Amino acid sequence: MCGTCGCGDRHHHESDHEHPYDHSHSHEENRMIVVEQDILQRNNLLAERNRGYFEAKNIFCLNLMSSPGSGKTTLLEETIRQMKNRKPVYVIEGDQQTSNDADRIAASGVPVFQVNTGTGCHLEASMINHALKHLNPEENALLFIENVGNLVCPALFDLGEAEKTVIVSTTEGDDKPLKYPYMFKEASVCIINKTDLAPYLNTRIDTLRENCLKVNPHLRIFEVSALKNTGMEEWCNWLATAR
Amino acid sequence: MHELSVAQSIVESAEREARNHHATLIEELELEIGALAGVDWDALDFALESAIKGSLLEDARIIRQIIAGEGRCGDCENLFPVENLLSACPVCGSYAVKIVKGKELRIKSITVK
Repeated sequence: MCGTCGCGDRHHHESDHEHPYDHSHSHEENRMIVVEQDILQRNNLLAERNRGYFEAKNIFCLNLMSSPGSGKTTLLEETIRQMKNRKPVYVIEGDQQTSNDADRIAASGVPVFQVNTGTGCHLEASMINHALKHLNPEENALLFIENVGNLVCPALFDLGEAEKTVIVSTTEGDDKPLKYPYMFKEASVCIINKTDLAPYLNTRIDTLRENCLKVNPHLRIFEVSALKNTGMEEWCNWLATAR
Repeated sequence: MHELSVAQSIVESAEREARNHHATLIEELELEIGALAGVDWDALDFALESAIKGSLLEDARIIRQIIAGEGRCGDCENLFPVENLLSACPVCGSYAVKIVKGKELRIKSITVK
């Protein structure tokens, strides 16, 4: 198709048809083709397919993103322990290498699929699409996607989730949202983890919370210590009822 | 280093578009990237250098247009230039700012032979 006028492959502009505008571009020499396409279009389209799948099966999908070591897997383990009798829970684990996290999740008794990205620094919608075919989650389930530990890259890639969830722990300091605003701007939910350690650190939870809201005033924030099981009830109640 | 994924997507999309037009070579690629898109130019240049090898884009001239950020205040509706994601509204001081421009990641056009 001709990108300038949209006519067919065989171009005989003088005789085949008339254009109501100047149509002097040449097809033999260099041609300028207007593309106007989103660079991440393929990912975004696949993400929408995933989203449609979740919607049809009434699956509530959360994309968990954070720095390495913020406690995503511990949070998941505790969440699974408290949620698995309330709802079917499934997990897609993303890491560059190893199945360590998938093994931990499998031990907590829910179906899990490990995606190893190799050198990749984030999950993409195609990987979730592939993982779903293996996991085949049942209707009305909760699906957690644990993204690769990275507070930058995953923010850019829609996976089809209902809620982008950023986890920040008190050990990372209270200015993380200001240093990595893209992630906090994209997220709709924020979990402040390791609140039990705050008294031993220079981190002030209220400052951390303020900084989160400065970047994104619409963030829904939960304060928890997954390890000590504090604040988990509010988070789990929200998971049980959110849509 | 998500710029590598971005670079690969650029090459895939540009090549697909060129092949749809039965082109054998892309001479020029025009990109429109928002200043707030979360893409580092140096990293993207570096990633593109390797991503275009052996592709129709190998010898293409790459033109980059940067789209400046613009935000609308959610409280007072003021429209103002935004340089980073932490910009408060200069009129009312609110942080409830919606980015309306500057997050673009687009292939604008290609020139083919």
